[in-house]
Amino acid sequence: MAETTLSTQRAGRKPRFLLADNASVLIFMGLLALFTLGVTVLSEGFGIGVISTSFVKTLGKTLCLCLVALAMDLVWGYCGILSLGHMAFFGLGGYAIGMWLMYARTEIIVTESLAAAALPPTPQEISDGIAAQIFGVVGASEFPPIWAFAHSLPLQLAAVVLVPGLLALVFGWLAFRSRVTGVYLSILTQAMTLALSLYLFQNDSGLRGNNGLSGLQNLPGLGDVPQSTVSLWFFWASALALGLGYLLCVRVVSGKFGSVIRAIRDDESRARFLGYPVEGYKLFIFTLTAILAGIAGALYYPQAGIINPAEIAPIASIYLAVWVAIGGRGRLYGAVIGAAFVSLLSTWFTGGQAPDVSLGFYTIQWVDWWTVLLGLSFVAVTLFAPKGIGGLFDLIADRRHQDRHGADLGPEPGALREKESQV
Amino acid sequence: MTRILLTLACLLGPLLSAPAAAQQADAPIQVLLQEHGEIIAESSRRSIGPAIDALADSGMPEAQAVLERWQAKEMWIDAASGLFVFAEEVDRDTLRIFDVATGEDLGEVPDDTYDQLKPNSGIRGMIAAALVRFQLIDPDPTVRATALDAIERDPEASHLSVLRAVKGSDGTPDFLTRVERLERLLTIRFAEEDAERIAAIESFAGDLGVDVRAALNPLVATRLEAAKTMPDGPDIAGRLYPDREGLSAGDAYVLLVDAGLAPPRISGEAQRQALESNIQNGAVAGIEVATLSTQTARDLAYRALAETGAVDPVATEGEVNAALADHVFFARYIGAPPAVAQAAALALGDIGNKVAFNRSLDLALDGISLASIYFLAAIGLAITFGVMGVINMAHGEFIMMGAYTGFVVQQVVPDYTLSIILAIPLAFAVTFAAGVAMERLVIRWLYHRPLETLLATFGVSIALQQLAKNIFGTQARPLTAPGWLDGSLVVNDIVSISYIRIAIFVLAILFLAMFLLVMNRTRLGLEVRAVTQNPRMAASMGINPDRINMLTFGFGSGIAGIAGVAIGLYAKVTSEMGADYIVQSFMTVVVGGVGNIWGTLLGATMVGFLQKGIEWLNPSNTLAAQTYMILFIIFFIQFRPRGIIPLKGRAAEV
Amino acid sequence: MPHKLFLSTAAAALIAGSLPAAAQDVACPIKVGVLHSLSGTMAISETTLKDTMEMLIEQQNEAGGLLGCDLEAVVVDPASDWPLFAEKARELLTVHDVDVIFGNWTSVSRKSVLPVIEELNGLLFYPVQYEGEESSKNVFYTGAAPNQQAIPATDYFLEELGVEKFALLGTDYVYPRTTNNILEAYLKDKGIPEEDIFVNYTPFGHSDWSRIVADVVALGADGKKVGVISTINGDANVGFYKELAAAGISADDIPVVAFSVGEEELSGLDTTNLVGHLAAWNYFQSADTEANEAWVAAWKARMGEDRVTNDPMEAHYIGFNMWVNAATEAGTTDVDAVRTAMYGQEFPNLTGGTAVMLPNHHLAKPVLIGEITEDGQFDIISQTEEVPGDAWTDFLPESAVLVSDWAELECGMYNTQTKTCVQIKSNY
Repeated sequence: MAETTLSTQRAGRKPRFLLADNASVLIFMGLLALFTLGVTVLSEGFGIGVISTSFVKTLGKTLCLCLVALAMDLVWGYCGILSLGHMAFFGLGGYAIGMWLMYARTEIIVTESLAAAALPPTPQEISDGIAAQIFGVVGASEFPPIWAFAHSLPLQLAAVVLVPGLLALVFGWLAFRSRVTGVYLSILTQAMTLALSLYLFQNDSGLRGNNGLSGLQNLPGLGDVPQSTVSLWFFWASALALGLGYLLCVRVVSGKFGSVIRAIRDDESRARFLGYPVEGYKLFIFTLTAILAGIAGALYYPQAGIINPAEIAPIASIYLAVWVAIGGRGRLYGAVIGAAFVSLLSTWFTGGQAPDVSLGFYTIQWVDWWTVLLGLSFVAVTLFAPKGIGGLFDLIADRRHQDRHGADLGPEPGALREKESQV
Repeated sequence: MTRILLTLACLLGPLLSAPAAAQQADAPIQVLLQEHGEIIAESSRRSIGPAIDALADSGMPEAQAVLERWQAKEMWIDAASGLFVFAEEVDRDTLRIFDVATGEDLGEVPDDTYDQLKPNSGIRGMIAAALVRFQLIDPDPTVRATALDAIERDPEASHLSVLRAVKGSDGTPDFLTRVERLERLLTIRFAEEDAERIAAIESFAGDLGVDVRAALNPLVATRLEAAKTMPDGPDIAGRLYPDREGLSAGDAYVLLVDAGLAPPRISGEAQRQALESNIQNGAVAGIEVATLSTQTARDLAYRALAETGAVDPVATEGEVNAALADHVFFARYIGAPPAVAQAAALALGDIGNKVAFNRSLDLALDGISLASIYFLAAIGLAITFGVMGVINMAHGEFIMMGAYTGFVVQQVVPDYTLSIILAIPLAFAVTFAAGVAMERLVIRWLYHRPLETLLATFGVSIALQQLAKNIFGTQARPLTAPGWLDGSLVVNDIVSISYIRIAIFVLAILFLAMFLLVMNRTRLGLEVRAVTQNPRMAASMGINPDRINMLTFGFGSGIAGIAGVAIGLYAKVTSEMGADYIVQSFMTVVVGGVGNIWGTLLGATMVGFLQKGIEWLNPSNTLAAQTYMILFIIFFIQFRPRGIIPLKGRAAEV
Repeated sequence: MPHKLFLSTAAAALIAGSLPAAAQDVACPIKVGVLHSLSGTMAISETTLKDTMEMLIEQQNEAGGLLGCDLEAVVVDPASDWPLFAEKARELLTVHDVDVIFGNWTSVSRKSVLPVIEELNGLLFYPVQYEGEESSKNVFYTGAAPNQQAIPATDYFLEELGVEKFALLGTDYVYPRTTNNILEAYLKDKGIPEEDIFVNYTPFGHSDWSRIVADVVALGADGKKVGVISTINGDANVGFYKELAAAGISADDIPVVAFSVGEEELSGLDTTNLVGHLAAWNYFQSADTEANEAWVAAWKARMGEDRVTNDPMEAHYIGFNMWVNAATEAGTTDVDAVRTAMYGQEFPNLTGGTAVMLPNHHLAKPVLIGEITEDGQFDIISQTEEVPGDAWTDFLPESAVLVSDWAELECGMYNTQTKTCVQIKSNY
């Protein structure tokens, strides 16, 4: 927090040199580029094959998670809205792109198979054939209305942005308008993601219920391109998206705008009394981050291969908050570090690679105990290191915030307290 | 199957092979069984009828015993000799066998050559129905009751006379009431005289029993018919109009086609096939195949084909509508003579109104039951969240801990009643301790950072859930209610509620009373309220806010533990059960209004009734109900952001 | 075991004569991937199957391994996370280079793995009863297709119990949905009118069953015998059966036949109130054969006296042995060679009779119907002849025209009307 506040002040003076002026941004972008290049060189698709394709996919997915963590940091760490529903937007982005991927791939199969028939197919027959293929596995055979645009890549790409964006806009407008704040808002966002996932769990939702959309790793019309290549394309796209997303977030949190949203975080009422349209700011941030999450999801799920409603269960969004908290909220690179660190560690622990710890009377298998560890370390971070891993950088840089004594920094629940801001 | 084939093979020459030592192969009952040996061994409801009838009608005194023991899966067949015996399993490989005719003990034999006859429940029902005539006159009242059960399940025409014979005899009033009721029900079904049947129907006016409706409904069965003009006659139940309630236009047209009153329509698939089979030189009836990529083009081509006579003509949309307008559709009674059917329809109409009323009553009961479950789950939260303003996301896990405590107690104390009595205070103690520990270790450092409390308690929740998985495994664990909570309170065949739900309801009321008592009538309650309203002032009056916070939190958590036992009793105990209730519980508290127990009660009532109401509107999909409920609550909060009963005054601002 | 050993040795001897160089293609040890969730919601069911595979592999190694090599199990944990299944499958095939994978339980996890297996030409044995409508070149389905479980059970209801009105209760996901669709079509075929079929879907882990049970009881109001066909999954069964018992409904009043309740699930329930309710499977632990007795004994010796065996375990038992025999016959573990050798493989069932691998990648197996007994086991009251598994059901119009035949037609989705192969890959 400290470091960004300082940079903001400077950026406020001469915003044109934002990039050059902000060392952390430069370092981050450099590292990201280096990482991308490194992975490419070591990959199976374009390099020497040290990194397996499945690991490239894991890394690509991790970059997407970093992007959504960035969004979470913006909305929570900077604007003080603890949203427990951002993975819903992430999932919606995935669904939007997944619909096109499924439709287009199936369309190719159906047209090919119908081309062999004696009569040329009617549009109705083609559409029925696609519907039977997509929904046959879940016991239906008709296209639900929400698939109306699935045939068109541009429209579904627009949906990646618009669907999460509009949902966030409507939800946020309703919530902020009636001054739902703090924990109420958190619970409400959680209810939203629960409602959405329960809805999608139904077969009648038209998105194949519990099965979700699968086979997303196969790009329509590019069936001959090996996955080792496709995985790298997505890896690059994810790295690019993360880089651009990072720049966007840096732009948003610097300057006057950034100061206002931090003011809202620290004391919403005072910001309002000072004449700032608080609801408008919050709504903008909420919607913007929802869109970022949607884009991250759209890049993530083609790499995962399948999206289903379990992905947007409330627990997913809680994990998102956990990542940001562990990485260190209120600083953008903290979110990225947290997401990458925790999700990769998670993969390592649950993947069976972590060695069992034998206590003599009991053997700790990390598959079982990792979640316990995660939960407890989360409590520990909240209690003892509110700045997360990012706090370590302050230690290294030996940078300390000026000592501020006194009581609360604001009367509102969720406002910073003395102890927190002392660091 | 091979086993049965083997048996059949043995049966081909059954009577010739040497019978086992002391078995009476020529006893009449054995001979009778042998006669039907093949179908008995096949053991299928479709073919078994003659065998059961023959036994029942044989008039042999042993027949009843044979039927009963066959029904109890105690009859075996000796594959070597093909003879039937009664047998009891001594151990895995040994049988003790008895003669079917005399019941004489034939000693222990290895079970290698013996095959058990396993009548399925369909056959067992038929045997039971056949046994009625023996059992209804049995001196043992339980046997007679069994016979009445059998009649209730599978009434047969022959039972009517048996019932009428017993009707006048003596017996307990209970027994006689049942006999009398069954006699009337069977009269409706099987009596010859219309007048008799109508009288019986009228005697049931307004009766809510499922059995009455089950007897009446088949009588008013109708068949849909179509004709040029409306026919006259007593058996016409009523006229129907296509495309209105009860008859879609499509179905109506199918009726016409089936009755030969109109030409059929053609499906897209059939049309395509017809066209495909008539392709000549790349064209169908002169229309080029390549142009047939739209439905209109195909319709035209098909009509052209029909004109050439290659295919049958089909009805167009206009012709269909004309045909529908030209004909009348009506329902005709086919289940009973018209007079009986009309009487039944009248009686059913009457019953139907009462049924609808009782349904809503039952729905209300369900709603109350669900509301009390939500209330139970939420009351602990209402204390910690409402009174202290602390978000405890691990609340659901405290519920789970309580339930697992109950499970563990049941493992140690096998008596269900005792174990529940023990489990409730123990669950309170365990979760009270857990709550106090959490308050001391985590929450107390975060009183001024509500969002952080939310997150930290989430961490605890995740850890506790996984811990439970590690300790108890992921499968559901049984928490069995004591026998006196089994079953339901049955008001009538529609309105009923299980005792366990009543118990939960009572528990919820008790908690409410306890909460009010503690808060309003005890020193602790006074101190809690003081600390809630103004901790600094309270502290200066000599109250230790730390201690009060700790106790309040422990109290709320302890109640969650008891709720866990109750929820585990009615549903299941899994590591995820807490997560199932947490969001609903928060919704209950938030909807009701924070900091007010009556608000929580109202919230639970609203959420419970709402969910049941939506389920009732959309009975085929329970999942949708939950979604819509949450959506509704999100919107509700827009209009009453502080809940039904908002906190007023300065306390609301803190 | 001895029987199988003899078969495989005989086959090996036979092959060794004609293909002397074949065995050299094999790299030792032969790796067998095990892709079952060891954590998460599915762990309870799938861990059993992992243990089954380890036991089978151990037994095979004691019996001399395969093609002169030892078998080695490569166990990974997809943690009940569907995308992770795809990731782990890729890892097994590319990093660990396994020759065959035994795995998956839920349909969605299978759909997740399918594209990877097909892309990398792997071989998967799927051991659980499922909804059909699929036949992948790279998957052998050793569990029951709907016509090997649902249809015979429905026939049993219609013919043996005289049920005239059906309540199809299921958890809201693909298996119950598809199965119920097939059953609805089948029942209508059999003359059951639409209004006599009541369908209801509930969420996973549903616990509030009073309304639904009341609805089912109310179905009896028109004097027809009611039966429940349950595709309710997992935990939700606990509340369902409790509510049935509380409402005083016995199996004689309203019988329930379940497709997802086996010995393992019953061990979490007090079965006294469930006696007489039914389940349909291809295997019950109570099956009275020598082979089964030995199998149950081996399992209990390895895992503990209180453990039970169930249907998917038998599916793995058959699948694994067939794979061993096919590989022996082919003289290699090469996927395509083994696949070809699989067709027509025969292996004795634990319940008696012989399972045969059909060219549509499904087994011909007998169907058993059991009544729940007080000790949590099933009393087998009906056992059919071997029923050939049908990938594409005959009772839905869209799939009635489809057949699968990988031996002759080289196609898993062949349209018999247009005489074309709809697609070589599966639809996911």
